[in-house]
Amino acid sequence: MKYYDKLIFELSKKGRTGFSLPENEFCASRNGGVKPAGCLCNALPENLRRSSALRLPEVGEVDVVRHYTNLSQMNFGVDTGFYPLGSCTMKYNPKINEEVASMPGLAALHPLQPESTVQGALEVYYNMEKALAAITGMSNFTFNPCAGAHGELTGLMIMRQYHILRGDLKRTKVIVPDSAHGTNPASAAVCGLEVVVVKSNADGLVDVADLKPLLGDDIAGIMMTNPNTLGLFEREIAEIAKLVHECGGLLYYDGANMNPLLGVVRPGDMGFDIMHLNLHKTFSTPHGGGGPGSGPVGVAARLEQCLPCPRVIRKEDGTFTVLHGSEESAGYVSGFMGNFGIILRAYAYILSLGHQNLLLAGKFATMSANYIKESLKDCYKLPIPSICKHEFVFDGLINDGAHDDVPGATTLDVAKRLLDFGFHAPTIYFPLLFHQTIMIEPTETESKETIDAFIEVMRKIAAEAAEDPMILKAAPHNAPISRPDETRAARQPILKYWDA
Amino acid sequence: MSKIIEGLKYSETHEWVKVEGNIAVIGVSDYAQKEMGDITYVDMPDVDDEVTREEEFGALESVKASSDLVCPVSGVVVEKNEALEDAPELINQDPYENWIIKVEMSDASELDSLLDAAGYASLIGE
Amino acid sequence: MSTFSYFPHTEDDIKEMLQRIGVSSLDDLYADVPAEFIFKGQYDLPDAMSEQQIREHFAALDSRNTKLKIFAGAGAYDHYTPSVVPYLAARSEFSTAYTPYQAEISQGTLRYIFEYQSMICELTGMEISNASMYDGPTAAAEAMFMAMACTKKKTRVLLSDTLLPNVRRVVETYAGFHGVQLGNIAQKDGQTSLEALKAELAAGDVAGIIVPAVNRFGIVEDFTGFAEAVHEAKAIVVEYCDPSVLAVIKTPGDWGFDVAVGDGQPLGLPLNFGGPYVGFMACSKEHVRKLPGRIVGQTEDKEGRRCFVLTLQAREQHIRREKATSNICSNESLMALYVTIYLSLMGPEGLHKVNSLSSCGAHYLHDELLATGKFEEVFDKPYVKEFVLKPLVPVEKLQQALLDAGYFGALATDEGYVSFCVTEKRTKAEIDGLAAVVKGL
Repeated sequence: MKYYDKLIFELSKKGRTGFSLPENEFCASRNGGVKPAGCLCNALPENLRRSSALRLPEVGEVDVVRHYTNLSQMNFGVDTGFYPLGSCTMKYNPKINEEVASMPGLAALHPLQPESTVQGALEVYYNMEKALAAITGMSNFTFNPCAGAHGELTGLMIMRQYHILRGDLKRTKVIVPDSAHGTNPASAAVCGLEVVVVKSNADGLVDVADLKPLLGDDIAGIMMTNPNTLGLFEREIAEIAKLVHECGGLLYYDGANMNPLLGVVRPGDMGFDIMHLNLHKTFSTPHGGGGPGSGPVGVAARLEQCLPCPRVIRKEDGTFTVLHGSEESAGYVSGFMGNFGIILRAYAYILSLGHQNLLLAGKFATMSANYIKESLKDCYKLPIPSICKHEFVFDGLINDGAHDDVPGATTLDVAKRLLDFGFHAPTIYFPLLFHQTIMIEPTETESKETIDAFIEVMRKIAAEAAEDPMILKAAPHNAPISRPDETRAARQPILKYWDA
Repeated sequence: MSKIIEGLKYSETHEWVKVEGNIAVIGVSDYAQKEMGDITYVDMPDVDDEVTREEEFGALESVKASSDLVCPVSGVVVEKNEALEDAPELINQDPYENWIIKVEMSDASELDSLLDAAGYASLIGE
Repeated sequence: MSTFSYFPHTEDDIKEMLQRIGVSSLDDLYADVPAEFIFKGQYDLPDAMSEQQIREHFAALDSRNTKLKIFAGAGAYDHYTPSVVPYLAARSEFSTAYTPYQAEISQGTLRYIFEYQSMICELTGMEISNASMYDGPTAAAEAMFMAMACTKKKTRVLLSDTLLPNVRRVVETYAGFHGVQLGNIAQKDGQTSLEALKAELAAGDVAGIIVPAVNRFGIVEDFTGFAEAVHEAKAIVVEYCDPSVLAVIKTPGDWGFDVAVGDGQPLGLPLNFGGPYVGFMACSKEHVRKLPGRIVGQTEDKEGRRCFVLTLQAREQHIRREKATSNICSNESLMALYVTIYLSLMGPEGLHKVNSLSSCGAHYLHDELLATGKFEEVFDKPYVKEFVLKPLVPVEKLQQALLDAGYFGALATDEGYVSFCVTEKRTKAEIDGLAAVVKGL
């Protein structure tokens, strides 16, 4: 990777163009010299016309292609190398998925086209609903949410709607474990629910004794991640489900950590009533530098009527139709039916898995995580030694090299040093239960050779830290840039080209 | 070692109070600013806003954290330190010189439940 | 053990890895899961397909869709996508990266987001843009929360009656669960009524209002007097915009508004049957602390080189948890790249031309349709690419006739009008063809 310092605005030259548009068939020269009605000077009265200059870049097509190619070369993706980012499930993004998602016919469909002209597209939604229901043990899915957090919010809306329909209006609190993703409490607040925190016990699991006194007739439900953010399976889930259901609440499953359960365990069987999936994690669609994702939400049969709209259903004659709002539905959570382009990719992935390969996906992910854990626990502090699922956490280096006035190497330093060796860093400083958290998730698509190379580098970094932590503190040494000054960025924000 | 000033009152959530008649001048302790690291933003209430003891009245932000400011006394905000809007680092430079808000107290007896310098020193283990 | 091309493990690999872990089988890795929860049935999925089978499966699905000439808008516009846009955005260094948390190896993503933010500010005339939202309607809902956060202790947000229905219903859903009261601003002659607005403001308790730049009738609205009236009531104005049209009409910044939101889809994104699109959100400096979502800022590295980072993160959900303005984390970054590349190619002249071509085509169609005698004019108001007419023939008959001829248009509104939209992709011959179908009714 090499440093490249241009912004597209700096390549601009007045009068240069990068577009290719047709001639205006309605222009004055073809209209006997009369400006057509649609000429913007006729169509818009002067007080509605844009008066300020539009400072977009004026660049040629070649400039654009080279600029963005150069930018891409400062980026690290799954196709560049190993990306063990905990909680993000950075598995390989298959290329056939990209190909089918960009088939011109599918990409050109208008979202409001009549049902009779989009039967193929509607069938994709229908088939995906069936497939996800089979994989998760839920009854029905909505595909409206565009990301995981959007799915959480939608799921909580469904939860509230369920209680509201039953006239049970007191249920305005939701229980969230202290190890939960930060989005859980944020989603609850957006949905108008008050958050009640349940503590983790010494094993890193939800403390059932702490949970019991929280349960009552004001509890809408509990949000759980299983395995949780420490990569641990919540063994007491049956007891938790029983307690929450007895108090009249519902169980929400945060699907961010669904990957190790693929082909092994179904959330629906564990008693969960509502769940979301991240198609951009578990179902191999690319993260796109932070989106687009897709966060379908599944529900148990008794909650189906609360799903948001629009939804696809199959009619008795075998054709597909779109269901719009009803009194029972939670409402509308996005502009149209969802991120169709992402759903197509996930559908292609599920077809390639089939029932045969599905059975191995979760197990291989779990095997790889445990293998790394066992291979590094003599160099990094392992706070919870039990078998993990798809990910696990270390709590920093065993020997951080601190001596005399030299401070020890931190988790941040380890992460930055990894970049020098061609690996993406793991997730760091999350969950907040430890001070030096390093959260590693390898996924099932990485070979033993790749994982062994990562282990070797992690050991080398630990040895460097013990010897001279300053090597880590100055890292990265061979990335396109060294560590940026984030304090300056926050204190004196430069948020657009003209601010600088 | 964090600096603690004699004669100020302290809360368990690391705010200090200097009493000037019926006005409480409120800031955060040296210990608190060290824990936060480089402060990038100070979220403050507006003048005339009501504040309540043991309730949040603003927040300190660093690059990767946000910490609520908890009010040691109840009353009405009569002044906020506008210099902090453009230069939040002033708190890092001198947390006692650079107060955050001034509150006209509605119940001066609330001061009695605050810690003195020695009590605060033992709270933070120094 | 597996011959699946995405799983690289050989039998020996598995054996060695399990050995180091200290278990004897893959199943043992799930010994902590209560046995009752291990799924023992058969997953009801099809047999695994080869690549060729997948291709054929999708080709078959695609054949069950009908390709139409699009003369409809209503929130999704059939503008042309230059080939450079998907070509560059498909580079896997962009598409297979995660959110740019490790700035040192994410400068590509961070730089294009910075460019995107700059371009959105330029189009909207606002000072600060975030890195994107899911889509236009959810961005409008987030703007409603922003209005609540910016104006303490108020409970009402007013929506113009002329907002697109799919924007309105998302805002209504979010408002209902969060506990925001919504009010309506009535329209007069197809335009948000200033008088109605003033009456609502006088009733008090208004945190903000949401009005459309180009409304559900295609009309470019005149907001003279709006900013003054709303600011007088200590509330904020949110404008819902078509960013493509902002190249030629007065911007939210010009009107003195506080927040601009909308969908970036008209800026080079394929229709994609409704998604992925990209919501945008920009505001004045004053409200930056309440702006949801990620923001990229410029700074320097240790050597003093210009570089970019995610900044002002202490506003966000992963730090603020339930106190954050929004729960958004993943956004639509790659679609923001689409927008950035599209706007780079088009430049000010290209974007002006897109609007000019669309407007000429739309006005031509409008006049041709009126000339058939099958429609009546509804509003005499300025529009660019979309307009409504009152049909004098049954709507369903009209829609079916168009469909039979391969055209998709004449979307019905609640009032019984029908809307048409023309972009630069529609030729004069296509417009004449559509008008001929109508004439033959």
